[in-house]
Amino acid sequence: MEYPFDAVVVGAGGAGLWAALELAREGVNTAVLTKLYPTRSHTGTAQGGVCAALGNLEEDHWEWHMFDTVKGGDYLTDQDAAEVLAREAIETVIELEHMGLPFNRTAEGKIDQRRFGGHTRNYGEAAVRRSCFAADRTGHMILQTLYQQCIKHGVKFFDEFQVVDLLFEGDPAKGGRAAGVVAHRLADGQLHTFRAKAVLIATGGFGRMFRITSNAHSLTGDGVALVYRHGLPIEDMEFFQFHPTGIVGIGILLSEAARGEGGTLLNDLGERFMERYAPKLMELAPRDMVSRAMYQEIRAGRGIGGKDYVYLDVRHLGRKVIEEKIPDITEFARLYQGVEPLKEPVPVQPTAHYAMGGIPTTVWAEVTRDEKNTVVPGLFAAGECACVSVHGANRLGTNSLVDLLVFGRRSGRQMARYCGQVDRPRPIADATEPIRAQLEAIRDRAASGDRADSVAAIRHDLQDVMMDNVGVYRDAGLLSVALTKVRELKQRHGRVSIADCSHVFNTELLEANELGYLLDLAEITVVGALARQESRGAHSREDFPERDDKKWLKHTLAYRGKDGPTLKYKPVSITRFEPKPRTY
Amino acid sequence: MNVDLRILRFDPEKDTEPHWQTYQIEVRPMDKVLDLLIRVKGEQDGSLSFRRSCGHGICGSDAMLINNRNRLACKTRVDQIGKKISVAPLPGLPVVRDLVVDMSGFFTKYRSVKPYLINDEPEPERERLQTQKDRARFDDTTKCILCAACTTACPSFWARPEYVGPAAIVQAHRFIFDSRDEGANERLEILSDENGVWRCRTIFNCVDACPRGINITGAILDVSKAIVARRG
Repeated sequence: MEYPFDAVVVGAGGAGLWAALELAREGVNTAVLTKLYPTRSHTGTAQGGVCAALGNLEEDHWEWHMFDTVKGGDYLTDQDAAEVLAREAIETVIELEHMGLPFNRTAEGKIDQRRFGGHTRNYGEAAVRRSCFAADRTGHMILQTLYQQCIKHGVKFFDEFQVVDLLFEGDPAKGGRAAGVVAHRLADGQLHTFRAKAVLIATGGFGRMFRITSNAHSLTGDGVALVYRHGLPIEDMEFFQFHPTGIVGIGILLSEAARGEGGTLLNDLGERFMERYAPKLMELAPRDMVSRAMYQEIRAGRGIGGKDYVYLDVRHLGRKVIEEKIPDITEFARLYQGVEPLKEPVPVQPTAHYAMGGIPTTVWAEVTRDEKNTVVPGLFAAGECACVSVHGANRLGTNSLVDLLVFGRRSGRQMARYCGQVDRPRPIADATEPIRAQLEAIRDRAASGDRADSVAAIRHDLQDVMMDNVGVYRDAGLLSVALTKVRELKQRHGRVSIADCSHVFNTELLEANELGYLLDLAEITVVGALARQESRGAHSREDFPERDDKKWLKHTLAYRGKDGPTLKYKPVSITRFEPKPRTY
Repeated sequence: MNVDLRILRFDPEKDTEPHWQTYQIEVRPMDKVLDLLIRVKGEQDGSLSFRRSCGHGICGSDAMLINNRNRLACKTRVDQIGKKISVAPLPGLPVVRDLVVDMSGFFTKYRSVKPYLINDEPEPERERLQTQKDRARFDDTTKCILCAACTTACPSFWARPEYVGPAAIVQAHRFIFDSRDEGANERLEILSDENGVWRCRTIFNCVDACPRGINITGAILDVSKAIVARRG
């Protein structure tokens, strides 16, 4: 089946939904494709809030937010983008309130705000109340609110349509333009072509390459890998954030909001060890620093009972704060760890959480294809899958939501303008054939019976090697081993066998395909990490412990080559803040 | 510990009727039913089909009938439900395959109650103000994740599939009692028809099923009272 549209949005999280809303308001004929239902998207799991310098409780300015974002990103953040982020955060949050988002309120009835890691007043003086929140389900409310507005504006959704290929008119690496997508309908296994002038990739992250992660099972980097496979570069993949407070062993997130409300981190001796690492901000230092501090404590034998975790303690906050401001995470601790946070400290360890890297874009969410930021006409990306780059080497808490709101909105507006300027691409003959052949090859191996090459077995081995070798701390030895293993796994994936022959809701087939995406992205991550011989933000090389601005103040661009990724580099935008040492 | 995990299977490409299949599986401490399903799929039978995403009770993908009660598989700890576990698709909706049901009717009902803020007044430059008390009035119903556990647990819905169902009423409640919203009359009109709130027989199955702990029957009563009050 072929559908002609003007715009296609791939992914229905916060970025995709806001883009769709803008397109609908402009009257652009738009389809939103999601492999889930929109309300199942991972934006919904974001907890703590969305930062905007509203100044509802104390003085605040967008310039301070911009500075914190740049410093938090260890100066790899593009400052032109960080300025857009911090300025427009304010109007997007106000617009969300107008759309009906149920923010918590101050005594005066304004949007309530709380402290969050790395967000400070007056360029680093002390923590500031900047995070606007709806209890600890801010992401849930953002997702619901945007979906509600899309319904109100008649947006057309194709639920459980998984995009498996991108279509171009000409070679996108050499000036070709976007022409649509191919999607696999889960309900019957049929492939559908969506022809469009403008395509937005808003497929989110890919934390499922790690064993311990806060990410949903569905976060497999589909859009990022598809862009890469079409010869376009992927940026800064070596920067992957490990959030300090995951539930031990499984990685479910306990929001930074717990620390924003006053929760503390304790080692086996009962010490608030963060005072040794970030005396000013303590537990509200940026995530990369807190995760490293936890590892240092654990290595020094001060993990709880000598084990690989520390305690998050919220007992002193009292029942009222815990139940009103962080109710969900309190329930997570009870259900998934069997711990009562009102009465005992909660064991936590770092969990793979967020990709700073992704598809390179301009500040208008246009995908770029080289070191000079040449735009690929008609192709857009926004949200976690994109790299504008507003997060640089390490994202600050809540800035993921700010990113997907600000740049989701911008992408929709820019797509609407673009759609008004160009004709619809010509139909592409046999558009579905390349991906059909790939999927059929996997299906033909169904019931071949060799479980060693099952999806689950290969995925398990990938997650182990990425967690153990490409985690919070890295070095050349660990990374070289990881590269060899990931390449072996890619070989095994070439003969992956599945047991499911059905065409109806064949999730095993799709998981096999998704695993291919994860493997591509893992390889780029490792190659980028091996090449970058410095420590910056979330990329911490024990063999190169210092930041090296002379050699490495630049973005990595990874292109698909015959023997794996090849790397190029592009400069960082520096407008207001010269790089300085990063202390908190 | 080993458990017997019975799963109701159905593949429309080869089955005419659903059938039970039993898997023996070792359970680790703190395992959830979703962990077992994932392990069965990964280690024993790749053809098992079910929905899942976030894995911790927020996305609402994995609502199913577990030991005869609607729950989220990712929020159901095995140690709390015993050594024999049976898993079947949500009741009352067409089965697509195995544990996957057709959700389209459920979402059509959701859409029918106008689940979005209605307020045509010009927007202020800053946020609209709302007191903490007004905000608290509808807090409970903002928690809904549209998993369908409540609606498909409701005997009134089983008896009359046209009934709009508890989830849609919860979504309507979230707006009707929001001080910023002006669409209460339209929604109350919709919910007062023959497939609206009067179908509720206060059986409380919905409250029992809700993985978010929402007082659903209370919300339905709130809406019913508002309809009566409107009629004067």
